[in-house]
Amino acid sequence: MRSPLELVGARPGPAFTVTFDDREITVLPGQTIAAALWAAGITSWRTTRGSGEPRGVFCGIGVCFDCLVTVNGRANQRACLVWAEAGDVIRTQEGTGHRGHHG
Amino acid sequence: MAEGPHLAVVGAGPAGLAAALAAAARGVRVTLVDSAAEAGGQFYRQPAAALGARRPQALHHQWRTWERLRDGLTAHVARGRITHLSDHHVWFVEGQSDGFTVHALRGPEQEQSVAVRADAVLLATGGYEKVLPFPGWTLPGVVTAGGAQAMLKGGLVLPGRTAVVAGTGPLLMPVAVGLAAAGAGVAALVESAGARDFAGHARTLAAHPAKLAEGARYAAELARHRVRIKAHHTVVAAHGSNRVEAVTVAALDGDGRVWPGTERRIACDTLAVGHGMLPHTDLAEALGCRLDGPGVAVDDEQRTDVPGVWAAGETTGIGGAVLSLAEGRIAGLSIAARLNSRTPEAGSYEAAVKARTGLREFFAVLDTVYAPPAHWTEQVADDTVVCRCEEVPASAIREAAGELGAGDVRTVKLLTRAGMGWCQGRMCGPAVAGLAGCEFQPSRRPFARPVPLGVLAGTDFDRHHTDSTDSTDSTEEGSS
Ligand SMILES: Cc1cc2nc3c(=O)[nH]c(=O)nc-3n(C[C@H](O)[C@H](O)[C@H](O)COP(=O)(O)OP(=O)(O)OC[C@H]3O[C@@H](n4cnc5c(N)ncnc54)[C@H](O)[C@@H]3O)c2cc1C
Ligand code: FES
Repeated sequence: MRSPLELVGARPGPAFTVTFDDREITVLPGQTIAAALWAAGITSWRTTRGSGEPRGVFCGIGVCFDCLVTVNGRANQRACLVWAEAGDVIRTQEGTGHRGHHG
Repeated sequence: MAEGPHLAVVGAGPAGLAAALAAAARGVRVTLVDSAAEAGGQFYRQPAAALGARRPQALHHQWRTWERLRDGLTAHVARGRITHLSDHHVWFVEGQSDGFTVHALRGPEQEQSVAVRADAVLLATGGYEKVLPFPGWTLPGVVTAGGAQAMLKGGLVLPGRTAVVAGTGPLLMPVAVGLAAAGAGVAALVESAGARDFAGHARTLAAHPAKLAEGARYAAELARHRVRIKAHHTVVAAHGSNRVEAVTVAALDGDGRVWPGTERRIACDTLAVGHGMLPHTDLAEALGCRLDGPGVAVDDEQRTDVPGVWAAGETTGIGGAVLSLAEGRIAGLSIAARLNSRTPEAGSYEAAVKARTGLREFFAVLDTVYAPPAHWTEQVADDTVVCRCEEVPASAIREAAGELGAGDVRTVKLLTRAGMGWCQGRMCGPAVAGLAGCEFQPSRRPFARPVPLGVLAGTDFDRHHTDSTDSTDSTEEGSS
């Protein structure tokens, strides 16, 4: 399968790693957290407050707030807007993200 | 910094860029403020420089126009005529007796506040997609059509391997082309409009050969990628547990109802769906600008009814990148003239006005042709979540409008909490109105972005700034 990176002849800078729920994933510089998670095949990283449904990217441009995630201990970050940085600790956000099951 | 009048442009898409270039070329100092990392807006969204894309044009159309805009911006930035503040999210534009202050947030968590003083403001904030609900639309892997395109153009990523692109509107074709070109299998393009909807408008459409050729080009590319186009069809439901695994698609009858017995299941791991676009109007409304329908009302020179505030592009109504360019250029020429107490120069101004007239006429037709199925609400099951943030099901909205007698969106909202969550009703507004059987109206929001309390508390709204830019947490630098 052809990839978007091949299509545009991308020569990204050196990749780095972050963790998502303790699993290590590889990220290219210049990707948001949402893009990094998609590239790793992950499409949900939040569960809703009410019925605990999984959610991920919906609008992709910062409007819908469905992509909220916990990054380095801070809840409610929009994954589609926040740039991934080496060593980021990313966790699935459950509900409001303030119940403290995750560090 | 050089003397002369100062314009703040909010939004670096086609409209904002065209305006900034036209004004800067006529001696206006411009600060271009945009939330994205790179200029370009939605149509010309660029991957971050660190991704090292050598052929970003492979994901784009009308690349020459972009090169002109980009090179113009680079040249003006180098000469100090335009300051480009990327990664700046504007949450409020404050009108003062002697001008305006544009308040923005920056930084990874958007907690640093930046204020830009200006004599005039152009709002060029574009729009966002409208999506109507259907069973399964909250499953991961169901994304807005433009969102899939934005993640692809900006992050060079795909949500999955096999996509269905569905809904209605001129955006679906470029999105399907983009996904297919980038390597996704596109199992079908499901469009609720059909040939019959176009037939009545043949004359207006034929008057715009360039636009028709653009459509034909997209259609040819879809054919090359062997994408099946299912016109006059709709997605009835998305299926899956932790992510979408399939969608059910059905034909529509002449009244816009699902045709029983035509349902087909299509396997996919991605559904990119959209039912048109809505203008971003928050900043304009907070300034007190009048709206005209869903967009900001403007006069022939793209002036709003608030002196010193112009608006151009999709914030005034949906019409695509080329119309945004024309409106931006008109606004830029008008601003340069008006700030020097003159009327806009003839010549290129008139050419842009002519382009604007034609394109508005064309998009007015598209707006009637591309409509969601007339009876879309019949497909929304009672347990379908309508407000994604507050998880309000359709049954609650029906009950509020029925038994409880709510006659407008505001009352429905108070009774059900639909539209009270993080997105402030941007996602569910049209659906709530449709299900409750009342008219959709853009809801007034005090700020265009969520604002940390610390920033609000620290913002002295009446202070008169001496400098044109002033940052509370960091020293200001122009990027790009
Ligand atoms: C997600 C999405 C993807 C799209 N993809 C395509 C496509 O592939 N092909 C196509 O033909 N059309 C596409 N469109 C339609 C597109 O809107 C128009 O083609 C065109 O880009 C409109 O130009 P504009 O200048 O009016 O607004 P935009 O291009 O939308 O530019 C507006 C700019 O304002 C910025 N902005 C908005 N609010 C703020 C704020 N409060 N603070 C700071 N900055 C702000 C945005 O970041 C954006 O850069 C897409 C639309 C959307 C919503
Ligand atoms: S996907 Fe909508 S805000 Fe991030």
